[in-house]
This record gives sequence, structure tokens and C-alpha cells, in this order.
Amino acid sequence: MQGIYLDNNATTRVDPAVVEAMLPYFTEQFGNPSSLHSFGNKVGLAVKKARMQVQELLGAEHESEIIFTSCGTESDSTAILSALKANPERREIITTVLEHPAILSLYSQLEKEGYAAHYLKVDGKGRVDMDEYKRRLSDKVAVVSVMWANNETGSFFPVLEMAELANAAGVMFHTDAVQAVGKVPIDLKSSKIDMLSLSGHKLHAPKGIGVLYLKRGVRFRPLLRGGHQERGRRAGTENTASIVALGKACEMALAAMQHENTEVRRLRDKLEAGILARVPHAFATGDVTNRLPNTSNIAFEYIEGEAILLLLNKFGIAASSGSACTSGSLEPSHVMRAMGIPYTAAHGTTRFSLSRYTTEDEIDRVIQVVPEIVAQLRKLSPYWGENGPSAEPEKDFAPVYA
Amino acid sequence: MWDYSDKVKEHFFQPRNAGPLADANAVGDVGSISCGDALRLMLKVDPETETIQQAQFQTFGCGSAIASSSALTEIIKGMKLDDALKVSNQDIADYLDGLPPEKMHCSVMGREALQAAIANYRGEEWSDDHEEGALICKCFAIDAVLIEDTVRANNLSTMEDVINYTKAGGGCASCHEGIEEILAKVLAERGESFKPVPVKAKEAPKPGKLTNLERIRRIEAVLESVRPQLQRDHGDIELVDVDGKTVYVSMTGACAGCQMEALTLQGIQAKLMEELGELVKLVPTRAGSLARATSQP
Ligand SMILES: Cc1ncc(COP(=O)(O)O)c(C=O)c1O
Repeated sequence: MQGIYLDNNATTRVDPAVVEAMLPYFTEQFGNPSSLHSFGNKVGLAVKKARMQVQELLGAEHESEIIFTSCGTESDSTAILSALKANPERREIITTVLEHPAILSLYSQLEKEGYAAHYLKVDGKGRVDMDEYKRRLSDKVAVVSVMWANNETGSFFPVLEMAELANAAGVMFHTDAVQAVGKVPIDLKSSKIDMLSLSGHKLHAPKGIGVLYLKRGVRFRPLLRGGHQERGRRAGTENTASIVALGKACEMALAAMQHENTEVRRLRDKLEAGILARVPHAFATGDVTNRLPNTSNIAFEYIEGEAILLLLNKFGIAASSGSACTSGSLEPSHVMRAMGIPYTAAHGTTRFSLSRYTTEDEIDRVIQVVPEIVAQLRKLSPYWGENGPSAEPEKDFAPVYA
Repeated sequence: MWDYSDKVKEHFFQPRNAGPLADANAVGDVGSISCGDALRLMLKVDPETETIQQAQFQTFGCGSAIASSSALTEIIKGMKLDDALKVSNQDIADYLDGLPPEKMHCSVMGREALQAAIANYRGEEWSDDHEEGALICKCFAIDAVLIEDTVRANNLSTMEDVINYTKAGGGCASCHEGIEEILAKVLAERGESFKPVPVKAKEAPKPGKLTNLERIRRIEAVLESVRPQLQRDHGDIELVDVDGKTVYVSMTGACAGCQMEALTLQGIQAKLMEELGELVKLVPTRAGSLARATSQP
């Protein structure tokens, strides 16, 4: 069996057409794009083409607004640290409690260095309070960073509106759009977004290539200084093969945008409805009417996520979980906790993330397998009785040292 | 994902003794739902002989939590209560051919459930004295609470102190930033500030160029270096044999329950590999736990 891959928010397979596009840049097209001779020149043109393909997908006004980096994390760090260096007198930074560690760990380090970080809280569906946001904006704030779509639930933040507000308050606005790019239409030229991060491996390009979009005119300080690559904004000889691959992947994502938002969405909805109809005491998390078309995150109450994944894996199904155990930490996903999902459900959250390669047969198979797995684990659970949760689950089983 | 042994997988996919035990006369509920691991252990104890006739479990938890629960019930079935109390979390981990460092706490939970169940049978109060913090040192499975407590209790002030007292940071060294933060915090409480002092560099191993004798001497030196720690916790380790890439040791009486116990074979093995500059496997030839486990029906 081939395996059913429903973990596309973690990473995606590189499209065969993308591999084909990049391969020549390891062999005959090995030149350095900065060189004047013909070995380099052709490669330089290929990088330029890729830059335009990315520009097109993002709806950016200028090709020079695209800076190639090594990954989404580098783009995030570059954006935030640049904003701080460009505004040394501003000592406050804003983000949300739901961000990816690429932002949260950086913010917590910046706090140690003396910055005041404001983490916008969210409600049960993961929505920010816009009034709180407005109150936080001031001329002391150096940068706001808000993710376009959450990697665990797929839910959107209103980044276009938040960017307008930041702009009106004279504050730089960055969005981590690593999960959104390629899955939803984006038109940066009509937005007030100053900086945006994306990562190749989430849209069927290879790992280790990313982009920082930097709106023309936004003040910038490079993270890596050195050669004049990327117009001096990101030194280091270009990862040409991966840049070409990312360009191709962006072109393909744009072509598949319609499919992603109709067919992939239909399969996702079928999967979620199918599971929820067959499994009692389970619910979808996040803002389900306002999210990525490919993501479904379901909390299975009274069982633990790693155990679910191990059993799914036995059936050849790949998904991921917000449980503490899958990450080796002591707490379940910060996203689930921030939304107030109780521990008995948060540890059992399971994320299914589809792609344009997902088939109907695969979805049917998962709908068939999941209820058995959940039932099997619930039989082992001290919170579960004969046919349902014990009368008062949290009272009937209250272990010592909670 | 985790590098689980075949034994762990087997006990996860086919757990033994799972489900409620109707006529249990000893029940232990332990774990922490916030951490995502909780376990109910149910025993049927023969009041005449104080022998565990039947053991069943229900577990909310990950693969290794379920496997540890299953292993525990297999180990203790047929044991007398006093003997069962001697089962350590290391015994549970050994029974499963080891657990990843992040997962050692699953075996600790098993042992605590056992203590709680026996206390319940005897009408005693059982309280847990163990507090778990974020895992800092992955080589030796040592968490923040243990490091912080040790730094405070012994007035430690340098990285080297922490390595010597807890082993934390003594392996790959990637966790030194985290340890420095703990040092800085505790030192600040004492009104001092943390000053980095370089940890003395060890003599670099020359990989693959050792004579047999040198190799064994190095192995012995590593074991010697961890013995004080083990002995402090009333345990010990001795070299039995070296056969190619396999190092056989005998281990005795690991201090049950304390976190030092996490200074396990995996940690020592990592240190051996570092010193020898080659891959080796450390295998305990411990008669104790294995024999106990296999002699039960
Ligand atoms: C929202 C978000 N931001 C950032 C990243 C990090 O991207 P990369 O792995 O390319 O550094 C990820 C990937 O997991 C992500 O989901």
C-alpha cells in the first residue's frame, strides 16, 4: 500500500514537475548567477523567472519585492529583527498567542532582551479581539506579526484588516503566511502588508527554500550581510535549484487555486463530516467557517493523540496531533490551550491536512478506519465506561498530582 | 516519530491486562491530565498471602504510557506486595527494552500507580513527591526542576558544577543555553550574577584508532565516572564483557523513584559513544528484572 498522506501542513511532496524543473540546476546549469560568463548568466535568468512566478502568486507589485531565503523561519526572523533595527527607539512588539514557534520563540527571546511583547488573546474559535488589538497599537510598537492561517486549525486571522490598522497607526506589519500561500488567493499590492513569509516545502517545492516579501519602500535591515545577492538584502550565494523549483511550484499552485478551493475543500468537508457523524464525543476545533480549504482538526475526547497517530500509522495513514507526547513537551499544543480546549480533549486533537493529490478513495478509507481506532483506545481509557464517558468523567477519575 | 523498541510497540498494539477489573481490592489513580498521561491500576490481592493475583490497567496516554502500563501489570502479576514495591521504573523501562529519554516519565508513572494501589490496599495515604519540569538535557533525561533544585541545594554557580552534580549538559552540550538560564535565575535570587566559565575541554577521542586495551580502559573510565552518581543513589554499575560493538554491564539497585534514575543506560551509552568515537550498544545483563518478569505465568 502506498500510504495515505494527510499531513500536508507539516510538509508536502515535491511535485514531479517541480523536480524536473530543478534538476538541470545541479548539473549543466551549475553556474553562479552572479558570474558574468554564460555559465552564470543563464542561471541568473532562471532565478529572475522564478522571482516573477513567486511575484505572480503573491500578487506583489514588483519582482524586486521578493527576497529568497532558506526557509520560513529565516523569513520570520529576518522580518522581525529588521523592524527592530530599523526602529531602535520602539520597544514594544505585538503578536498573537496562536503563532508558530518561529515567531513565539523569537518573541520570548526578545522579551529577555528587554522588549515588551503583547500576545493578543483569542476566543474559543481562535479569533482575536480587534478592540484589544487597536488599544495595543501605538508609536511605541516596532512591529506587529500575525499569521495568515494557523498551522494546526487552518483558521484565518483578519490580516488584511489588521495590516490596515497597523499602517494607519504607523506600525510595521508582518504576516507569517507559510500555511496560506498557495492555498488561498493573495493580492499583496492591494494590501497594507509590509512583510510576508512563505516556505517552499508547504507548497510542493523542496525544503530549505523560503521567501520574504518586502513591500517597496519599507525600511529594511538585513539579517545576513555579505555579498550583493538579493540586492544586498540577503547575502549568500543563491540556492538556485531550489529557487527554480519554488518558482515552478508557485506557478502550479496558482493554476490549482480553483481546485484547492473547490475539490480539496469538498474532500476535507466530507472527511470531517464523515468522522464526526461516526465518532461520538468529537468536535472540530478552530473557526470552521473561516479557514484553509485543506485542514480539519478534530478533538477526540478522552484519548491521547500520539496513541491515535501510532494506530493510524499502522493503517498507513499519516496525520499529526497537538498532544504533549508527540512533541516531548509537558503541555499539549499552545493553540488548543489558548482556545480553552480542556485537557481531556486537547491531548486528543488530530490534524488532517489534505493536498491536491488527496483522492476520494483515501478519504473514504480514513472515514472507515478512524472510528475503529478511537473506539479501541477509548476501551483503554479510564475516562470511558461501557458505551460512553463514565458518568462524571473528571470526577470518576481524578488522578493524584494533576 | 519516536524510536520505540519492538517491545514497546508490541505492548502498545497488543496491551496485556487492559480494561477494568471488577473485583479489584487495590486501586491506584495517578498521572497528570495536563501532561497527557494518567493511569488507573487495579489489583486483586489475596489477603492471606498478600500476593497480586490479578492486575489490570486503564490508561489515558501515549504509546509508551500504554506500553509501560501493560509491562507493569505483566511484571507484578504473581508477586508479593513487598516485592512489588521494589519494582523500579527502570525495571519497567528495561522490560520494554528501553524508552526514549522524553518518555522515561511514563515508566515513573507506572511505578507510582503501583505504590498508590498498594497504599490504597493497606489503607494508607499515598502522596507524590515528584514534580516534573520541562526536559532540559536529552542525553541524560534530566528536567528543569531537578537542575534548579540541585543548583539551589548545593549553591552551584557554574556549568561544570551542574554537569558534575546532575550530569545534565554533560553529553552533546546543546542544552547549555537552558542550563545557563536556570543558573542565572537561581544566582539572581542569591544576589549574584552568572559568569560563564569555559567548561574544561576533554581530550578528544581518536575514533577507530584504539587498541583493544585502550578501548576497554576508556569504557572502564566512563563507567567509573558515572559510578559515584549511581552509588549515591545506592546503585552501581560494573563492566562484564565487551564483544565487538556490544558492551555488557551489570547494574544493581538503581535508586527507585528519584530522577537520578533517568541516568540510565541510554545516557551512559551516549557517553561511551562520545568517548570511543564509535557506535556501541550498552546491554545490561541484569538477572533481576528480566528473570522476575519471565518467571511469572
Ligand atoms: C505557520 C508556520 N510558520 C513557519 C513555519 C516554519 O517554516 P520552515 O520550516 O520553512 O522554517 C511553519 C512550518 O512548520 C509554519 O507552519
